Amino acid sequence: MPEAQVPASQGSIMDREGLQALLDVLTSRGFGVVGPRVRDEAVVYEPIRNVADLPEGWTDRQDGGRYRLERREDRALFGYAVGPHSWKQFLFPSRQRLWQARRTETGLEFLEEPSRDERWAFLGVRACELCAIAIQDRVFLGGVHRDRSYAERRQRVFVVAVQCAEPSGTCFCVSMQAGPKATCGFDLALTELLHAGSHRFLVEAGSRVGQEVLAAIPHRPANEDERRAAEKVTALAAARMGRTLETRGIRELLQSHPEHPRWEEVASRCLSCGNCTMVCPTCFCSTVEDHSDLSGKHTERMRLWDSCFTLGFSYLHGGSVRKEIRSRYRQWMTHKLSTWFDQFGSSGCVGCGRCITWCPVGIDITEEARAMRSSLPEETAHV
Amino acid sequence: MRDPDPFVPRLFRVEEARRENADTTTLGLVPSHGEIPSFLPGQFFMLYAFGVAEIPVSVSGLSGTGRLLHTIRAVGAGSRALCRLRPGDFLGARGPYGSAWPLDRAEGDDLLLIAGGLGAAPIRSALLRALAERERYGRVVFLYGARGPTELLFRPELEGWQRRPDLEVQVTVDHAPPSWRGSVGVVPERIGHARFSPAHTTAFVCGPEVMMRFTASALLAAGVSSERIFLSMERNMKCALALCGRCQFGPAFVCREGPIFRYDRIARLLFLREI
Amino acid sequence: MSDPKIALAGHRFFSGIDPAIVETLAECAREVSFAAGEYLVREGEPADRFFLLEYGTVALELHRPGRDPLVLETIHEGEVVGTSWVVPPYRWSADARALDLVRAIAIDVRCLRGKSDSDPKLGYELLKRFLPLFVQRLEAVRLQLLDVYGKSPD
Repeated sequence: MPEAQVPASQGSIMDREGLQALLDVLTSRGFGVVGPRVRDEAVVYEPIRNVADLPEGWTDRQDGGRYRLERREDRALFGYAVGPHSWKQFLFPSRQRLWQARRTETGLEFLEEPSRDERWAFLGVRACELCAIAIQDRVFLGGVHRDRSYAERRQRVFVVAVQCAEPSGTCFCVSMQAGPKATCGFDLALTELLHAGSHRFLVEAGSRVGQEVLAAIPHRPANEDERRAAEKVTALAAARMGRTLETRGIRELLQSHPEHPRWEEVASRCLSCGNCTMVCPTCFCSTVEDHSDLSGKHTERMRLWDSCFTLGFSYLHGGSVRKEIRSRYRQWMTHKLSTWFDQFGSSGCVGCGRCITWCPVGIDITEEARAMRSSLPEETAHV
Repeated sequence: MRDPDPFVPRLFRVEEARRENADTTTLGLVPSHGEIPSFLPGQFFMLYAFGVAEIPVSVSGLSGTGRLLHTIRAVGAGSRALCRLRPGDFLGARGPYGSAWPLDRAEGDDLLLIAGGLGAAPIRSALLRALAERERYGRVVFLYGARGPTELLFRPELEGWQRRPDLEVQVTVDHAPPSWRGSVGVVPERIGHARFSPAHTTAFVCGPEVMMRFTASALLAAGVSSERIFLSMERNMKCALALCGRCQFGPAFVCREGPIFRYDRIARLLFLREI
Repeated sequence: MSDPKIALAGHRFFSGIDPAIVETLAECAREVSFAAGEYLVREGEPADRFFLLEYGTVALELHRPGRDPLVLETIHEGEVVGTSWVVPPYRWSADARALDLVRAIAIDVRCLRGKSDSDPKLGYELLKRFLPLFVQRLEAVRLQLLDVYGKSPD
């Protein structure tokens, strides 16, 4: 976790071998490096060891309900936007034991989870994903009750951001002020520079640990041209957002129109499958299960990702509060774009576009927000 | 040194299990080690039945008595398992969580404590506290509605309260056999017959959501200010730590901003369906 | 027995009423009392009175063959027993039984009907006081019907 910000460096340059050296240094420092690789026709985040594991020469083409990998004409290692995975699966595992209990001679005993020594280095974190991590930090660590296991994993993470060069058709991080340029929240940030046969990375350190790691890998100071080229990467990306979302007054807009006919309309398409919540890098809702062994003497309390699109999510004795899909979609979108502000002081959306891409029927949160706004008179739409 | 893990329950032992009616039991709990953290009327604990479930249950007793009192109705797997516990059995408990009945804020006012069904449990803790500090309030009125006479909770105590000159108690049931000497009817109807000065009254209401809506309307009609009406809300809850996201009620987490809400702050949500 | 006029004017149901109307009502009023267990009215009988309860509690009951009667509602001091007189066929739709000693003012509706037909002000005043009662009781019955304290709210 980048504990202290360091003065912005002028940037350093490393090549592909430098990237391999970075992986090696991180491994030797005890980090399990997680990064992008191609699996099941998607870019996913998994443990990696070598530069060869990265999705070299691949890009992703995304639209509502559509994701395809395509070959690039160059050898870019980070030439895609984002895939279905996000870093939350490492910081907030989809399935996690909270504690165990067992019957003893004298009664019962609760066993806490031991502190695990695992240290992750995330390679290839996008600006929108840094924002998503910061949002989950506020959820899990910003309140009265802190999620200890999240805190322990989080504080040991080493973040290598990679500036976004290829926003997808469903990206709208510019609207959410979440990207495409990562400016803080990383230990190291890389900008992939590819032209005229050269393949280099501009490296910036965002923390002292980042500086230490950088010092251990071959690099040289960046020159003015290289700095300008790096700036241009994110500037171009910013101009190529696939989607936009007007955020002005969105918080009031959604909370003041719970009975808008658009909810009914979107519910007629929504399958209530929960994909949007699974791929969302900020969705944090969970459920618990108790797993007992056959002797009845030992039990484990498990925490699992859950979704506000399930009926069980709002179950109260007698039935579920949100029986209709309409009310479940309304809950999700209103929470994400509106009540999140009340709860955590920011939007819950970073504009990564995953919920649009991975929705089997291509429901588009930016389109839903636009439809709701445009059907209202100007003055109410902008309250 | 690690921070404490807020998810892990503490071990408690059942000291007393008192059957209130056919499906409701009051458990008196003592911790295996250490003290019970202090809590306020209206707050709740998460009670864990070994291997079954962990559920939120309001406190029905007072802090500082050396034990935790919870009144539980057997309606699901977790509550059934808790109701089956007997003295000497163990369970997990963690808390207290959530907001409390604003008894301090109500000082000097007439106090209307209105309960429906199991709502009598969280109201009981407010009533006990008010009676312990009786001089802080004007009139104290307890209105209690239940399904039938055999379903009333805290019966021996109820008789004692009915005899107190400094407390007005009105009990009403939805249905009754002819042998029932008390009132048959619904709680909101009783409000008009209670003695209190509406302009200087604070009302605490706990019961099923529909009952609370009707009751709040009757309180407003009687002239009680919407800023002095407090309701205890319920939503699906797994963690009580504002970490699982399930108990959202509009912008609020019921486990954190609630369960006790000021009526005017949630009135709009109360009338929305499936919120 | 006390003066029906004073009792009428002092009863909660008629609070704030025009003294002239009290005069008219008093001509149709008399004080009555019932011992515990006595019936004020019986289902099916002509609804020719209503009662302003001054003391005691009355249960409205429906009898059911082979089962205990069902208590629909209890009516207390300050409230009114008897609304069937307002609408045809002017017959009681439930039994009203005194649960303890009951004292009330009985208003003879046959006497009142003629007067309110010829005096719209009286008729309107009665309607204004009975109508909220109907609405209130309808709402109460709805809430009872929901069986909100039952195990399954459905």
